[in-house]
Amino acid sequence: MQFTKKDILDMDSLTADEINLILDTAEHMKEVSQRPIKKVPTLRGKTVVLFFYEPSTRTRVSFDIAAKRLSADCHSISAGTSSIVKGETLVDTAKNLEAMNPDVIIIRHPSAGAPHMLAKKLKASVINAGDGMHAHPTQSLLDLMTVRERKGRIKGQRVAIIGDISHSRVARSNCIGFTKMGASVVLAGPPTMIPMAVETLGVSVTHNIDEAIYGADVIMVLRIQKERQKGFLFSTEREYSRVYGLTNERLKNAREDALIMHPGPINRGVEISSEVADGPYSIILEQVTNGVAVRMALLLLVAGGARNVDAD
Amino acid sequence: MLTLIRGGRVVDPGNLDGVRDILIEDDKIIKIIEIEEDEKSFASGRMGDPREARTEYRPDKIINAFGKIVTPGLIDMHVHLREPGFEYKETIETGCRAAVYGGFTTICCMPNTNPVNDDRQVANYIISQSLRAGMARVLPVGAISKGLRGESLCEYGELKDAGVVAVSEDGLPVMDSLLMRRALEYAKGFGLLVISHCEDLSLAANGVMNEGEVATRLGLAGIPGAVESIMVTRDIALCELTGVPVHIAHVSTIESVNAIRDAKQRGVPVTAETAPHYFSLTEEAVLEYDTHAKMNPPLRSEQDREAIQEGLADGTIDVIATDHAPHSDIEKEVEFDRAANGIIGLETSVSLGLKLVEHGILTLPDLVEKMSTNPSHILGIENGVLSGAQADITVIDLDRAYTVNADNFQSKGRNTPFNGWEMKGKAVLTMVGGKVVFEDM
Ligand SMILES: [Zn+2]
Repeated sequence: MQFTKKDILDMDSLTADEINLILDTAEHMKEVSQRPIKKVPTLRGKTVVLFFYEPSTRTRVSFDIAAKRLSADCHSISAGTSSIVKGETLVDTAKNLEAMNPDVIIIRHPSAGAPHMLAKKLKASVINAGDGMHAHPTQSLLDLMTVRERKGRIKGQRVAIIGDISHSRVARSNCIGFTKMGASVVLAGPPTMIPMAVETLGVSVTHNIDEAIYGADVIMVLRIQKERQKGFLFSTEREYSRVYGLTNERLKNAREDALIMHPGPINRGVEISSEVADGPYSIILEQVTNGVAVRMALLLLVAGGARNVDAD
Repeated sequence: MLTLIRGGRVVDPGNLDGVRDILIEDDKIIKIIEIEEDEKSFASGRMGDPREARTEYRPDKIINAFGKIVTPGLIDMHVHLREPGFEYKETIETGCRAAVYGGFTTICCMPNTNPVNDDRQVANYIISQSLRAGMARVLPVGAISKGLRGESLCEYGELKDAGVVAVSEDGLPVMDSLLMRRALEYAKGFGLLVISHCEDLSLAANGVMNEGEVATRLGLAGIPGAVESIMVTRDIALCELTGVPVHIAHVSTIESVNAIRDAKQRGVPVTAETAPHYFSLTEEAVLEYDTHAKMNPPLRSEQDREAIQEGLADGTIDVIATDHAPHSDIEKEVEFDRAANGIIGLETSVSLGLKLVEHGILTLPDLVEKMSTNPSHILGIENGVLSGAQADITVIDLDRAYTVNADNFQSKGRNTPFNGWEMKGKAVLTMVGGKVVFEDM
């Protein structure tokens, strides 16, 4: 199968076949990352620009490593170092970038839809590294990869996502990604953090964390941000962790082979206890490893180097 | 100067509906003339040239309106003309030209300009600029509070003397219920209408589109319908408390329609308007993050859209007004959550209204009532096809089919979600004070 998408914008716009192709390619890339010399010349001469309007260390570094392992030239621009702060519009900034002929623009932006807007205007491929509360497709793909690797398949898995669903682009992308690949998704969290009509994404909702955990193959915990107290979304971290936090005690209801995931960075003692985060079920660090592989795969597929990968 | 409008079907709800000739001398209608049975067949072209008839009046100009609809001048009681202060978006001249191209003879402009229309100088300026443009009549709406700051009342007496017909904070709600109460009472003393933009700002929080399925999918912060209906309900309560009429701007939700319907049944003197986009579009238009589908209040659900249509049909909603809100690319070619609210509407309103007629939701006289008769009654201004009245007249061709092309708009704004829409029916002639200011017969 040939990958024909110019851009990776969200999980809605990827088909199940395309997702499988990305995951297969990512497995191959993971093997590259385990070699003593972790570099292939596949994207030599290609230019990748990392365009981060929001602070992010992990995702930016993950993309940067991915691009470099493929021998692409990678440039990073973040808010504060570019003209972002000088009041230039997103479209103008992007057009200026495009005038330098990059092959791929990777964008993280606080406004939902910003990558869509760029993709419409630019000839370069656009990869969404997180836009507002909308989508984080590379995170969803690495989560899918991690589950497939551990469980053998995604279809039929029961995935519980716990936390602030409303403000989470990871949750949105995973609702769409996991259901598209045949898993069932149950969301849990305080009613203040469950968005209106979220069932239309094909998921179910409970406000009882034990109910969500019971029988789950995968338990995904989302970061709770203290500033959400201002919007009256929860009372205190203390109460949140008591009612919704994932602890060993709660995990007694879970399946023995349940996997614990977290998109990071984690708040130890709030949404997840240290003993769970560091415990035997946790595959949080594998997610990070697979993040590099998935991002290499995406760069390869959109920058058109797919045909050469097996040559070396 | 004598002008004769020949053979159109005159639709002036509450006054007449029939084929008439209208004789106009200078700026006044002087005679409404019954048309002979045999002459009506001119409409089908079976008998000679209709322009040859009525020679007994020796008109200087004859407008052939056979087969067309002739209405009292259309009134848009909710537009933003942007001048003074934001002339790059629209000027009074371009806005007035857009109005007459859309069939409007009279428009009411909201006070959120810079400076705000909260004193005589600004009101005078707006009126003098509109007279200079020489197209539509412009009736300014003054601010409720000085500088739209919600702190102190404007001098309504001075505003009234300068030609202001109503007061509103439009763009912003009056969050302070005491101020709203006093504004109603104080305005009554000057015969000024109070127009309320209903929005509970604290509940709206940082929302940018209707709360619901589409917002959830797009990851955009939602604005629930209750943001509007809470304030509609409050204003109805204040209307009952004071006995002073209140006019609710741009109704968009089912809950607001229900609240207004109930209030009217109790005899509360509340009136309401909606905009064409609320009966033509839903939140689905925002998919793809189209900033031309971003306005305040936001496009709502299909259920809301149907309720708006029902409210129009049963008389709960009295008026169709466009909330014409021109913006430039600077405000619209940006990320959705940073884009300005509002779309232009003057040049598409009649055609969108006629779709309601085509779909059997309104009759043609109903539509004229919503776009002319009712606004004139609510504003307390003269309008109508009557002998002795000022000659403000719109001629509509129900059969004219065209495709909307925003590049051809007279408005400076291009921010419309209706670009490319297929329309049937439009205004083809607009006459203000006996003068033809737009003609596309
Ligand atoms: Zn308004």
